[in-house]
Amino acid sequence: MTTREPLLQVENLKKHFPIRGGILGKTVGTVKAVEDVSFTVHKGETLGIVGESGCGKSTTGRMLLRLIEPTEGKVFFEGKEVTSLSNNELRKMRREMQMVFQDPFASLNPRHTVEKILEEPLKVHGIGTPAERKKRVRELLETVGLSSYHAKRYPHQFSGGQRQRIGIARALMTRPKLIIADEPVSALDVSIQSQVLNLMQDLQKDFGLTYIVIAHDLGVVRHISDRVGVMYLGKMAEITSSEKLYDNPLHPYTQALLSAVPIPDPLYEKKSVVLEGDIPSPSNPPSGCTFHTRCPFKMDVCEKLVPQLLEHEEGHYVACHLYSKEKQSTSQNKEMVGGVV
Amino acid sequence: MAEPAKLPEQEWEEQQEETLSPWKEGWKKFKRNKIALAGLSIVSFFIILAITSPWIAPQGIDEQNLSIRLQPPSSEFWFGTDDFGRDVFSRVIHGARLSLTVGFLAVVGSAVVGSLLGILAGYYGKWVDAIISRLFDILLAFPSILLAIAVVAILGPSLQNALIAIAIINIPNFGRLIRSRVLSVKEEEYIMAARAVGMKDSRILFSHVLPNSMTPIIVQGSLAVATAILEAAALGFLSLGARAPQPEWGAMLSASRALLVQAPWTLVFPGLAIMLVVLGFNLLGDGLRDAFDPKMKT
Repeated sequence: MTTREPLLQVENLKKHFPIRGGILGKTVGTVKAVEDVSFTVHKGETLGIVGESGCGKSTTGRMLLRLIEPTEGKVFFEGKEVTSLSNNELRKMRREMQMVFQDPFASLNPRHTVEKILEEPLKVHGIGTPAERKKRVRELLETVGLSSYHAKRYPHQFSGGQRQRIGIARALMTRPKLIIADEPVSALDVSIQSQVLNLMQDLQKDFGLTYIVIAHDLGVVRHISDRVGVMYLGKMAEITSSEKLYDNPLHPYTQALLSAVPIPDPLYEKKSVVLEGDIPSPSNPPSGCTFHTRCPFKMDVCEKLVPQLLEHEEGHYVACHLYSKEKQSTSQNKEMVGGVV
Repeated sequence: MAEPAKLPEQEWEEQQEETLSPWKEGWKKFKRNKIALAGLSIVSFFIILAITSPWIAPQGIDEQNLSIRLQPPSSEFWFGTDDFGRDVFSRVIHGARLSLTVGFLAVVGSAVVGSLLGILAGYYGKWVDAIISRLFDILLAFPSILLAIAVVAILGPSLQNALIAIAIINIPNFGRLIRSRVLSVKEEEYIMAARAVGMKDSRILFSHVLPNSMTPIIVQGSLAVATAILEAAALGFLSLGARAPQPEWGAMLSASRALLVQAPWTLVFPGLAIMLVVLGFNLLGDGLRDAFDPKMKT
């Protein structure tokens, strides 16, 4: 998996939102929505990003497409730096990277027919003749499990699941290489969720897509992802393959998250790790490891030093002093290689 | 690839279902509103009157006949005659054309300019918004009729300049309305989606933001026609609008005000015409607002 070539590389991405206050609108503070996030997505894989609401996962997703401008950091897509493109180049680049949005009721323009919604990406990028575009709209509607006669309808005539299929079809229109799905199923009923996830997986096989799926539902992420990144307060806490994360979570936060997933088996007794307290404010994050205020294994070092995201075992990266210390003691003075995963 | 999941039993029924655009749906709601329909009929009546006035008015605009001055309403002169012996009925009909033209043109002018400014202010925010919004505040700081008088005073009194003045004083109403609407529309996810697709700002503005911000403009527009007609009449009454033989309703009121006791019909009928037209546009506007309420449906 890691030998495959990278499609998207993210380096030290940061987003600080200013808090304005006072009469003159001075900046009185910053919300550190995303703080130093780095990861790599390989061709053909699905990277899941999970975390509580407010941990910066959606912001990260939007920064990859520069729908939100990053404060710092770099994003490379197929080796090209997205973060330094001019507006015009960026618009062309967006043909290759598309997005599926969370709320299928809000992400489709209520005044446009489905045909117009789907045709628009092609028009914008000047692809095909009008007849070809219409044909492609109909083909893709069938591909995502709708019918070609749906093209003449308006979004409000569809159910949530159908609308999300339209949203997926729109993202596929320009034949992109990467699709960023921001909570693609969280607005849908559980029964529809699996349909849409299966559709996404089928499409991935058929079109050779690469996905970044942002979700708060660990079940969803497990179902669809090859690798999973866990975010806490704007930072990547742990990132590894899906199996490793679910079988052997290293970060105490990941352990707590996983133990909170309900298991549909009344006889199963689980050891639950219950976190105390609330998620701290991202405008005033705790010193050192941002998780130390709620961590059951807190040590002194956690309050002082920010843990780096380090490779604990092959392909398993974790940002926690529990492991960095252990590693330090075993491989004493060796320089540790952190940074880009 | 897996067979797309369809629900076959629903398919036939779904195919029969009528495709309703948001506009058609609004119209369906509008049709059920009796009062709004009354407003629409009054407005249509005056529009037809305005269009056909040269053919249906028994007399021209300024056919004076001093031998029959100040005749009360009769079967020959339905609304009586004025102090120059002109048929008031004919002049009221001709006046419909003037008043409606002024009303429509002024509103279209202010709606277009106001919407453009408002959409720019709302979408780009920051200093663009600051400049445009302050401009609106300045215009709104003056009582509208005073501002109109000032504009006419600069341009010189004529019907055309009255129209320009009315258009100018209405710009901030439209501008602020659409600005606030754009502020909420631009945060919608489908605008984000449009950007994600790679659209240019101009396309987003005119293809996505504007159509979704239009409804309040249409509602405000129909109400504003009523105010514009009143303002034109007011300017006419102050002799700052239409010039003498032009049968503009406000000017007719002004010209006949000395005859209030002697020949009330010279005032009553133009006054009634103003009232009816304004009533019609107000009812229509209220009906449109109910039917196309911005909060209608997603």
